[in-house]
Amino acid sequence: MVNSNKPLQFIIVTLIACLPLFGFSNTVSDSIQLPTETNVTVQTAAPVATDEASEIKEKIKEVINHHVLDGHEFSLFADEATGTHYGFSLPIILWDNGVQYFSSEKFNEGAKHGEAVAESNGNYYVLHHEKIYKTDASGTLTGDEHHPSNAKPIDLSITKGVLTIMVVALLMFLLFTSLAKSYAKNGGISSGFGRLFEPIVLYIRDEIAIPNIGEKHYKRYMSYLLTIFFFVWFLNIFGLTPLGINVTGNIAITFGLAVITFLITNLTANKNYWGHIFWMPGVPLPMKIILAPIELLGVFIKPFALMIRLYANIFAGHIVLMSLIGLIFIFKSWLGSSLSFMLSFAISIIEILVALLQAYIFTMLSALYFGSAVEEHHHEEAH
Amino acid sequence: MEIPKIVGAGLVVIGAGIGIGRIGGSAMDAIARQPEATGKIQTAMLIAAALIEGIGFAALFAV
Repeated sequence: MVNSNKPLQFIIVTLIACLPLFGFSNTVSDSIQLPTETNVTVQTAAPVATDEASEIKEKIKEVINHHVLDGHEFSLFADEATGTHYGFSLPIILWDNGVQYFSSEKFNEGAKHGEAVAESNGNYYVLHHEKIYKTDASGTLTGDEHHPSNAKPIDLSITKGVLTIMVVALLMFLLFTSLAKSYAKNGGISSGFGRLFEPIVLYIRDEIAIPNIGEKHYKRYMSYLLTIFFFVWFLNIFGLTPLGINVTGNIAITFGLAVITFLITNLTANKNYWGHIFWMPGVPLPMKIILAPIELLGVFIKPFALMIRLYANIFAGHIVLMSLIGLIFIFKSWLGSSLSFMLSFAISIIEILVALLQAYIFTMLSALYFGSAVEEHHHEEAH
Repeated sequence: MEIPKIVGAGLVVIGAGIGIGRIGGSAMDAIARQPEATGKIQTAMLIAAALIEGIGFAALFAV
């Protein structure tokens, strides 16, 4: 720290740690106001107090859902008193016998009158639990509450997650092209903010790519490994911001990444790879027959585990972090809330480590699979 | 809330905890024997721990 005065440092840190306590100046007055109203509300004051606890839990669940689920509009926060949302609507692109294109603002306008119905070219669509169904003018949903049986158009909209992916892609592109160009300008030495990433790129090449894939073939896979590493890392870090964008905690995204690894592994594999799967050399014949289906299953299970590992780590981390932050509001006391705050702060630090670690693990395992795909034949040595 | 589901999830977490604990212990022993290999040992330990944690999250799908 700039100030090396130890007692002053301690006082500053304690003041910062006590910051969450100042958030509770309102709640005490809320529960006091009830008896000043009519007799009816005074008699129902007791049930309202316990309802308040479950109401907070409902609100916390809603906040958590809003954070981890993908949505068709980017709402930053909502003012509870006036009910206005601050944020911006994202375009909705549907394929329903031709491209329907409108802004999700139309759903908001419909929501003010009742159901969130939007109309486009004579077709009516309703937004129910962040899924779009085709319906009529009054927004009827057939079927039961959680699984409406209306027809669903193909939803190609730009949702929160898609927007974040595009932003991260643009960020990575600008960052690394400027880094690459700075080498030419400075005669072999990089300059600018991208200098931070040069040792990381070298680490991926020297510690992940070359040991696992080998000197001969690693260059073909380097671009994919670098892209995956920084993509997953940046998306994980974006998920930790309070903006509520959770991309890698979405199983569809990790499924896509795992599918790409799967395709690259199997499409660039040489004969030895397939030989090892179906007819493992160097083992007796009965073992060969037993091993073949197991190895074939392994071809699919390894990328599947990649998908589940990244998804579960990031998703669980978000849920735990949001629940701990919600705990601050459930304990409306000085001690409980400040302890929850400190615990959620500590968990946030761990989540930052997990963001980097999961990106590293995904990249390293992909490199491992690529290495096994291009492995040369080793002659068995008879001892 | 079904009790067997919760018990099963708890067992998975115990399994993951024991696994990662053992890896941490072996890593400590190895570092004590050869302090100059700390970097490599730490890397290997983190990789193994992340893999075990990947299985451990299967517990979440039960609850």
